[in-house]
Amino acid sequence: MKSKVDIAIIGGGIIGLMTAFELAKRGEESIAVYEKRYIGSGSTFRCGTGIRQQFGDPANIQMMKRSVEKWKTLGEDMEFPKFKFAQTGYLFLLYSEKEVENFKKNVQLQNSYGIPSRIISPEEAREIVPGLDISEVIAASWNHTDGKANPFLAVYGLSRALKRMDVEINEYTEVQEIMVKDSRITGVKTSKGEVKADIVLNAANAWAKILNQKLGLDFPIEPYKHQGIVTEPFKLGEIKPMVVSFKYGGAYLTQKANGGLIGGIALKYGPTWDLTPTYEFLREVSKNFTKIIPALKYMSIIRQWGGYYAETPDHNAVIGKIEEIEGYYLAAGFSGHGFMLAPAVAEGMAELITKGHTSLPLDFYDPYRFKRGELREQAIQMG
Amino acid sequence: MSENPREKIIICRCNDVTQKEIEDLIDQGITDIEMIKRITHIGMGPCQGRTCIPLVASIIARKTGKKVEEIEIPATRIPVRPVPMGALVGDEDEE
Repeated sequence: MKSKVDIAIIGGGIIGLMTAFELAKRGEESIAVYEKRYIGSGSTFRCGTGIRQQFGDPANIQMMKRSVEKWKTLGEDMEFPKFKFAQTGYLFLLYSEKEVENFKKNVQLQNSYGIPSRIISPEEAREIVPGLDISEVIAASWNHTDGKANPFLAVYGLSRALKRMDVEINEYTEVQEIMVKDSRITGVKTSKGEVKADIVLNAANAWAKILNQKLGLDFPIEPYKHQGIVTEPFKLGEIKPMVVSFKYGGAYLTQKANGGLIGGIALKYGPTWDLTPTYEFLREVSKNFTKIIPALKYMSIIRQWGGYYAETPDHNAVIGKIEEIEGYYLAAGFSGHGFMLAPAVAEGMAELITKGHTSLPLDFYDPYRFKRGELREQAIQMG
Repeated sequence: MSENPREKIIICRCNDVTQKEIEDLIDQGITDIEMIKRITHIGMGPCQGRTCIPLVASIIARKTGKKVEEIEIPATRIPVRPVPMGALVGDEDEE
């Protein structure tokens, strides 16, 4: 482990690794990532795999549009073609006139930014996913350019690329303190020793707050337990898009490349650090999933796990330069959207760090909005 | 067709992962069972690692010179056996 670097990144999840990748591509030569367990172990490996542009506000729509462009070429960019962005769409099932009205507004906004989403009929929805129960569905919001990707392969591919680019990845190395002198970053104190650095990026998501509090900084990010399941594999192509139903549990579900179903519902616990899976979730997820696709009752659940949504009061992340400490940056509190947003956030952070500004709308995620009482409209969130 | 028998030895029967695939990863420096699990999906199929996890742990031990006991086994997830969703919602015609 080096004892001095230019940029120290705390957190070896998708945000930290992707930002390291963007910085290295811009010619930064001395970057290190510190991860307290193994890379991806925090929230990235526990995520639901979805990547969508169907949001309800201009900032998230633009960020996700940029992210999708970058997800499409990530396999090539990191020279790991095994990683593929599956552009299989997102299908929101709508059951009431009020829901349809809201989604029509969102679609209009999405279209104005060039996202080809549209409202379709229940019958069209069933052509996309043949197993759907559409007896209560009155319309659906559909965008074929949304999709999903495998977080394991994204992280593995990035780690290979970063090693080639001489970025130091330190696993099982916990950052215990961020070192500051005269309101300037001086480095990080890790479980394996101190490292000098001029710039520190806190990308620890659910854990970001712990390090901030030691510095006397308070940005509201709380860990909530959400859960996911996978089933045994079945015939490929049955559930290509991510299917979402707010009526049935705030559920999201899709078929993975290996044939198993992955998904979750909005049932959450917290704030808590406990991640023990609950029987209540197992039952509720089955109840809601079988309402959406009745034939799923024949499928067996093989795994259930918990993970954090690092939530903020408006369910939007906290991203930006920290004014109180020169050289300190924060990108955390992704509220369940960190994986999908990572490419655009990483690009924005890399520009912010190297040039001092970015053309991406990172201001929307301004860490100081909470203190000013300027909460954003809640981001569309399920799971 | 390959002459290498390690390509024919299946370590994970749920996801058809061979001994060679595991050893190749270790040769590339990926010795953490957690990462091997995510890359190959060992331990994540219907049997939940009952067969493959001890085998992978012993391959890692042999190739890295560690003791099998030193290799931390990934978390065991519920349910212990696959459960049909129909059974969980109390559906009568569950097969």
